[in-house]
Amino acid sequence: MMTKSIASFLLGTALAVSATGAAFAQDKTVKIGALSDQSGLYADLGGPGSTLAAQMAIEDSGLAAKGWKIDIISGDHQNKPDIGTAIARQWFDVDKVDVIVDVPNSGVALAVNNVIKEKNGVYINSGAATSDLTNAQCSPNTVHWTYDTYMLAHTTGQALVKAGGDTWFFLTADYAFGAALERDTTAVVTANGGKVVGGVKHPLNTPDFSSFLLQAQASKAKIIGLANAGGDTTNTIKQAAEFGIVKGGQKLAALLLFLTDVKAIGLETAQGLNFTETFYWDMNDQTRAFSKRFAEKMKNNAPPTMVQAGVYAGVRHYFKALEALGGNPHDGAKVVEKMKSMPTEDDLFGKGEIQPNGRTIHNAYLFEVKKPSESKGPWDFYKLVGTVPGDQAFTPLSESKCALLKK
Amino acid sequence: MQALYAQLLVGLINGSFYALLSLGLAVIFGMLNIINFAHGALYMMGAFVAYFLLNLGGINYWWALLFAPIIVGIFGMILERTMLQWLTGLDHLYGLLLTFGIALIVQGVFQNYFGSSGLPYAIPDQLKGGMNLGFMFLPVYRGWVVIFSLVVCIATWFLIEKTRLGAYLRAATENPTLVRAFGVNVPRMITLTYGLGVGLAALAGVLSAPINQVRPLMGADLIIVVFAVVVIGGMGSIMGSIITGFALGVIEGLTKYFYPEASNTVVFVLMVLVLLVKPTGLTGRAA
Repeated sequence: MMTKSIASFLLGTALAVSATGAAFAQDKTVKIGALSDQSGLYADLGGPGSTLAAQMAIEDSGLAAKGWKIDIISGDHQNKPDIGTAIARQWFDVDKVDVIVDVPNSGVALAVNNVIKEKNGVYINSGAATSDLTNAQCSPNTVHWTYDTYMLAHTTGQALVKAGGDTWFFLTADYAFGAALERDTTAVVTANGGKVVGGVKHPLNTPDFSSFLLQAQASKAKIIGLANAGGDTTNTIKQAAEFGIVKGGQKLAALLLFLTDVKAIGLETAQGLNFTETFYWDMNDQTRAFSKRFAEKMKNNAPPTMVQAGVYAGVRHYFKALEALGGNPHDGAKVVEKMKSMPTEDDLFGKGEIQPNGRTIHNAYLFEVKKPSESKGPWDFYKLVGTVPGDQAFTPLSESKCALLKK
Repeated sequence: MQALYAQLLVGLINGSFYALLSLGLAVIFGMLNIINFAHGALYMMGAFVAYFLLNLGGINYWWALLFAPIIVGIFGMILERTMLQWLTGLDHLYGLLLTFGIALIVQGVFQNYFGSSGLPYAIPDQLKGGMNLGFMFLPVYRGWVVIFSLVVCIATWFLIEKTRLGAYLRAATENPTLVRAFGVNVPRMITLTYGLGVGLAALAGVLSAPINQVRPLMGADLIIVVFAVVVIGGMGSIMGSIITGFALGVIEGLTKYFYPEASNTVVFVLMVLVLLVKPTGLTGRAA
């Protein structure tokens, strides 16, 4: 008994020593925190699917075979900035998380941005839209992967103004995201000779839009710009059809629309809508192959949204930077700097780069929702209408107010 | 001015849902003394049952209006038999907590299987389109919702306040022992009443399915407002909850026009004001 315990004590000491030795040489442990809306109106476009995407990125990176130990935890910010920052703080302080991914909801995303900068972590944001993340509020610890409000405004917005939609009325979600999207789109509308004739700010997660739609109808604007997302957008589009808004000659601009939204609205109502995304599962063989693997693991067999795809691609690029560094320095700013120095390339978004302000640049695609007769499968929703190269879609560095650019 | 008429009408439409839901709550509270927090989840189940009936059974909207409340009502009666009945005579808090728990479980299960963005349910062909009223374009379906729920509300009020069955019910709430002595099966009546209240919730769910998304959280978003309606109207008052439901819909509609940012808080501000002035609610009797 005595000898056994001494033996195990010695063994334990030996293990502890060797473990410290390894850590001293090259730390190959990584902890990822997937922070998202896990159950609310943005849960389907990010949520558990984003965690799955991060997991697939871990598996596909093949780092485990090279001696890396990578863990992932997930959290539900419930679309509340205070909850989001509390989780982020706990993850850094207690759980020793290195990188936080996803974080839809611009309000939460901006709040978490500050925490990550303070804790010197890595922030790979895919779900949030606000262009402020890489503009006025940019951070050396942040990479904004998938899309932003500037891009949405300069693709969908611009295309609509150029097609003759020169008077706009906005239905805007009353928080950071809606405000940013309305601001960026208004800039595009006025720059192209159009005019914003009015708008209404609605609370996040509104079930009934009829009052707001009537105001939009009464404004006689040619375009009703939807500066909202997720469940709010689907409800607006559905109810706009009911009130005969499109039949009355006004056009809806779904500035931000996700695959899961189209599914929720149904093609019958959604057909013909124009919008922009940076990823669609049915683009090429690579995206189809990834999406097939992804859908098999999703509980409702849904292919990835662009947000979930962005989580995957962002995490893969993060791993490439860590590999290039030869280990995890647990220094967020240093890792992000490495990420920016390497061109991005993956199966989902193709070739691109991360600008000094943290903005990932890649192509944006203008889509149109298919007619029910054109759709061949349960998720066959989009027709490609045009491609906007990344350098034209996103904020030019000359227009960016990011402090990182002034060095 | 035209815009104002339109907002009033839109408010009336939302008020229909508030009225139907708060009516069910008032019936259950008035007769069973249970604060039924599962009401939102049961409303959501009504919408989902309609969705399943259509997509799995090919049963259309009109039959769903009949079957969904029956199916969900039976589910409610099972809940009452197996769980709620044991709480008779205990503090309100127990019923509230139990039904709140049931609501969370039901919502969680639906969310696990159907996600959060919801499923589409088309407006039935007969009610598609709209009519131009001069001051607004009224979708036929919305007009139908207002009329139909008004009829249902008045019928329920009539059933409880003006018929012999309703008299039994009210008597059983006042003095169950005495009513039992007259040979009335009180527990069965209570179960049926709960089923009726739940059926009303499910009916509201079917009505709202074509307007809103059929979503697991559709009830959770609504239930708090509906509780405020019940509190303002006076707990347990049938007519009070109907009138308050419609009235608050209109007030909320007007807020959406004049100050949209406050549209989801105005009901609660009113609730606070009413409670300050008349703690039993507008039509409530002192306990």
